[in-house]
Amino acid sequence: MSAGAPPREVKSWRDFIPFIRNELKPKGKIFTPFNIISVPVIFLGAVLIAYRMVMGLGSITNLSQDFPWGMWIGFDVMTGVAFAGGAYVLTFVVYILRVEKYHPIIRATVLNGFLAYVFYAGALVIDLGRPWHIFNPIIGNKFGLSSVLFLVAWHFLLYMAAEFIEISPAFAEWLGWKRVRKILSSMTLGAVVFGITLSTLHQSGLGALFMMAKGKIHPLWYTQFIPILFFVSSIFAGLSLVIFEGTISHKVFSDQLDDEHRTSHNDILIGLAKGCAGAMFAYFFLKVLIFMHGRHWEYLHSGWGLWYLVEIIGLVLIPCYLFLRGAMYKNLTAIRIAAIMTIVGIIINRLNYSVIAFKWYIPLPAHYVPHWMEIVTTLAIVFAEIWVFRWIVNRMPILRKPPAWATEE
Amino acid sequence: MLGAAGTALTAGKSKAAGVTADSGEEFKGVLVDTTRCIGCQSCEEACAVAHDLPIPDIGDESVFEGQRDTSTTQLTVVNRYETEKGEIFVKKQCMHCAQPGCVAACLVKAMQKRVDGPVTWNTNCMGCRYCMVSCPFDIPKFEYNSWNPKIVKCDLCWERLQEGEIPACVEACPTETLLFGTRRDLLEEARRRIYREPEKYVNHIYGENEVGGTSWIYLSAIPFEQIGFKTDLGTVAYPEYSTGFLYSVPIVLILWPAFLMGLSYLTRREEEKEKKEKKR
Repeated sequence: MSAGAPPREVKSWRDFIPFIRNELKPKGKIFTPFNIISVPVIFLGAVLIAYRMVMGLGSITNLSQDFPWGMWIGFDVMTGVAFAGGAYVLTFVVYILRVEKYHPIIRATVLNGFLAYVFYAGALVIDLGRPWHIFNPIIGNKFGLSSVLFLVAWHFLLYMAAEFIEISPAFAEWLGWKRVRKILSSMTLGAVVFGITLSTLHQSGLGALFMMAKGKIHPLWYTQFIPILFFVSSIFAGLSLVIFEGTISHKVFSDQLDDEHRTSHNDILIGLAKGCAGAMFAYFFLKVLIFMHGRHWEYLHSGWGLWYLVEIIGLVLIPCYLFLRGAMYKNLTAIRIAAIMTIVGIIINRLNYSVIAFKWYIPLPAHYVPHWMEIVTTLAIVFAEIWVFRWIVNRMPILRKPPAWATEE
Repeated sequence: MLGAAGTALTAGKSKAAGVTADSGEEFKGVLVDTTRCIGCQSCEEACAVAHDLPIPDIGDESVFEGQRDTSTTQLTVVNRYETEKGEIFVKKQCMHCAQPGCVAACLVKAMQKRVDGPVTWNTNCMGCRYCMVSCPFDIPKFEYNSWNPKIVKCDLCWERLQEGEIPACVEACPTETLLFGTRRDLLEEARRRIYREPEKYVNHIYGENEVGGTSWIYLSAIPFEQIGFKTDLGTVAYPEYSTGFLYSVPIVLILWPAFLMGLSYLTRREEEKEKKEKKR
């Protein structure tokens, strides 16, 4: 075992440890700007989380009796899950509609979705007051069947399993497990169908959580259609993040890509932009209908009305138009700008429900504003996710083509 | 089982004015006649004693200068309001809704509506604080500065009720502001008082219909919004706001997979046909 190169795949159990040990070694430069920034933040985040576990939630957050949910729910969970929506939309397009054009980005998207659930929904653990009871709704220490959160909790867990199955052939290819890969890929379609169903329900379910906050959320945002709005917006939130992430990935991981993939990428982005524009127009139309029915004209004259218009015109309608224009004139810069605007719009929308327009009648300074330690913890989680994503992409066939043996069949 | 999440709410609907549990047992509650309260805070002290909480200094009248909220160490507080009819004192605590939002919100049934009326908290809670988001009265309080936090709120002295006693605050009240009984009887009594002295009371029993009915009901000499009550909550029980979504869950859960499998089947057939034709 001492001599010779480490194994390139795991043929027997004896290969496993040397293989993993070899793969754990860093690849590429160590002192990159990203590493220099992210490592201290992750370290600080870990210390803060440990401190919070001992001293309680109040020690590092600005949560209060009036604002039980802050940035960790409003940004990490609500927004993170919306951005993970790209996975279910693209698996629908590739595995159900069988549009082969998008196949090159499917694995990166599903991996991103899976990791988003692990890290951002996982961030829920540090937000729970009594996290050691997190498995109570799963193991049956009383089922709160009438709770929307019960449904969301179960769906998170099941969806993580479904996404793991969807991405698992890449793991098997990495390890060189041919038979396991065959079994796992035969489960893909089932996992996709299950995953899309679960996503429909828990994307809208996250919105349904706020149904009982009637009277606490500003009337411009509170409507009985919140679940539908959350579902529709998760479509273009997810696709925008795919555009954004794909743009960065293609620069950072360009060594992973073959020429065929590179040339098709622009075409893929244009297709995604069209999808975004369509979903965003539908969303905008829904918003207008709901506004008309709500008869909330009087609120438009207030500062909240302006804030509402910024979100709905500035960060939905304008990027929608930019997407459409970018797709028509094949202007990738316009598409990327639109994606970033949409991402900002989704962050603001989810934060409006959970934090900003929540108890809008409590003005600053009594209103919740995240503590810097909450922001650092969130950044640490985001960076940790990127680290794991990078580690996997550099080792497994996520962006690059699968090994020849896997595509032969 | 996930499908069941959609149907669980059918029970608990249309209990007229929320006076009985599903089992038919009468909900107990308390009638608060704010015209009788003198602000002695005996109820606050008795509550602290009954729940092993720090005993408040009830001789200190400076607490009335601002409006107080219940907290993790005070399950009930009395507030003073200066009104056109003079000083009015109002006791605040959990309203013990007939169909509580917090109970519907709880994913582990740590919040429970007991058959005799009290809404209580149990230690299998995971601390998600969804009950706090869902409570129309913002009553559940969370211990933010503990590694092992609890949700704290009035439990209508549920343990005392089991032993046949009445809630500590009611027992301590020297002016009969608080009256304990079945919710049905309390509503009758409240109506009787309004009927006998129509010029003394406003013609409204707070909690009779608010959020589908609450176990604590209030009488007042002046409109309720002037003494710190939320009067825009509506009469729909809070759990019903999420029933529409929950009902749609089993439908999506059954229809989506069938629809997606069918669609996948359609696209696969055409793809295979193309492949075959290419081979020829």
